[in-house]
Amino acid sequence: MSVLIFIDLVDGQVKKAAHEALTYGAKLAAQMGTTAEGVVLGSEVSSDLGELGAHGVAKIHQVSGDGFKEGDAQVFAKVVADVAEATGADVVVFSNNTSGKAIAPRVAVRLKAGLVSGAVALPETDGSFLVRKNVFSGKAFAKVSVKTAKKVIALNVNSFTIENGDGKAEVVPFRAEVPTSKIKVIGSNKTTGKVSLTEAEVVVSAGRGMKGPENWGIVEDLATALDAALACSRPVADAHWRPHNEHVGQTGVAIAPNLYVAVGISGAIQHLAGVNRSKVIVVINKDPEAPFFKAADYGIVGDVFEVLPKFTEAVKKVKGVA
Amino acid sequence: MKILVCISKTPDTTAKIAFTDNNTKFAEAGVQWIINPYDEWYALVKALELKEADASITLHLLHVGGTDSEPVIRKALALGGDEAIRVNAVPTDSYSVAAQIAAVAKDGGYDLIFTGKETIDYNNGVIGGMVAEMLDLPYIALATSFQLAGTTATVKREIEGGEETVEVQLPVVVSCQKGMAEARIPNMRGIMAARTKPLRVVEPVAAENYTEVAEFGLPPAKAGVKLVSPDNVEELVRLLHEEARVI
Ligand SMILES: Cc1cc2nc3c(=O)[nH]c(=O)nc-3n(C[C@H](O)[C@H](O)[C@H](O)COP(=O)(O)OP(=O)(O)OC[C@H]3O[C@@H](n4cnc5c(N)ncnc54)[C@H](O)[C@@H]3O)c2cc1C
Repeated sequence: MSVLIFIDLVDGQVKKAAHEALTYGAKLAAQMGTTAEGVVLGSEVSSDLGELGAHGVAKIHQVSGDGFKEGDAQVFAKVVADVAEATGADVVVFSNNTSGKAIAPRVAVRLKAGLVSGAVALPETDGSFLVRKNVFSGKAFAKVSVKTAKKVIALNVNSFTIENGDGKAEVVPFRAEVPTSKIKVIGSNKTTGKVSLTEAEVVVSAGRGMKGPENWGIVEDLATALDAALACSRPVADAHWRPHNEHVGQTGVAIAPNLYVAVGISGAIQHLAGVNRSKVIVVINKDPEAPFFKAADYGIVGDVFEVLPKFTEAVKKVKGVA
Repeated sequence: MKILVCISKTPDTTAKIAFTDNNTKFAEAGVQWIINPYDEWYALVKALELKEADASITLHLLHVGGTDSEPVIRKALALGGDEAIRVNAVPTDSYSVAAQIAAVAKDGGYDLIFTGKETIDYNNGVIGGMVAEMLDLPYIALATSFQLAGTTATVKREIEGGEETVEVQLPVVVSCQKGMAEARIPNMRGIMAARTKPLRVVEPVAAENYTEVAEFGLPPAKAGVKLVSPDNVEELVRLLHEEARVI
């Protein structure tokens, strides 16, 4: 009996989403009176795996080899399921990031385990196994009962606070048969250096109120000052003012940052659906009747072209960079 | 070449979200049903584009659901596709739905299976991966572009911090999202044609439920917005820094 956490590597590094999953898995193990172990696939790791013990995992199984370079979910799932079986894991935890979304469903099928994807809190484990997740794009939540002996949970990004103690994890090699990848990576386009939209603590998002793509400079300035990721409303992406991967909402990316700043966005129900899990929402809109104000924590009724530069300056002052 | 597009039915994006039966069921009364946007705008339209480029392609739409789903299936057929298959089972959890899709897919010998990246009601996004595992096929999740040359597919997919392009041999399962295609509106000819297209009903295979919703709930309402004057933006930043502590 144990909890196994899949440690996702992004360019060989353990990122925020993996730290969240590790903390979650360790806390779940403690709650269930069992131990937490991690699994990492691949040899090229630039993070110190032993230090992940700080989250409460005792042991990390590392499967070496370069069979994982193509990011083939079929290969990953087979090996993770092998490790889960060999270590007698009852629960396997993933981050519900782009890798988790591809691998977790396959692992669930292999282990004949019930899967909850998009979990936002620790399960209730007294008698039943109930996992809370968002449904209807954050307009509601559900407590999902997992009825199988084995369980797989994919934890939403930015939904669980990372905790660090002072433990060290023992890193042990795990020998697995790694199947040949059926897919081949032939190119990539990464926004290196920038925070990913789903992991970002702060997001600055702009809508049609910006009038045109040529006006995004003041939005980017604010994002830079706040160290924020950029997002936009759907019509902005549809009109190709901004790239598709910035489109947030019910039919775009769903996010849950600490701070969401929405400028020139009306706050249509489909937009709110993807951003309503943000902890603090700030709205800047010239229309006092804009529906977004009803969902906001702080707001300014005003013209973005006047307010944004002042906002950026004030942020720089507080952060001590100007 | 045969393509299967999985179509789910979801409440309209403006539907009131409420629950009945002691908060264990979604309140369906008065709700307008639509094709799940990811399935319609991206999976189905991409499949239509492939068929338009190669008329020898057979395109089937698959839905797991009761008789009351038929209007939504006809709406999908109005956009295109040769025929639809409805597995006569009310969906209860992802695993059992995936098992139904896998059974149909296995019998049909499809070269390409498309799903949307997730449904906008349960937001699970797991059907494609489960079906792929059940059929022992490769799975490309979160695709934003798809091209076919013979039996080789070149697919762009979302990864952490960007996108990457991968190559894979058919058969393959792909989950589709924004970027794949541009949403279309059905025309009159499509709507007329859809009425007479075959809609085959098949009985479900035996499949277990691994999960069940025990309870639904609504998040607590916001306390109300604190408005700051546009002439005093520094005050907003002070509040964010000292009160909300997010800067
Ligand atoms: C099925 C479906 C799914 C959808 N999914 C999504 C989704 O995922 N995400 C999404 O965003 N939308 C989605 N939409 C679209 C949504 O309904 C809205 O149309 C969209 O969010 C509006 O974008 P917007 O706020 O940028 O533009 P608008 O609604 O045009 O609002 C622009 C706002 O800018 C303000 N403004 C204008 N000039 C200024 C100025 N100088 N200073 C300050 N404020 C100014 C205006 O007061 C207005 O409130 C969906 C719609 C449907 C039907």
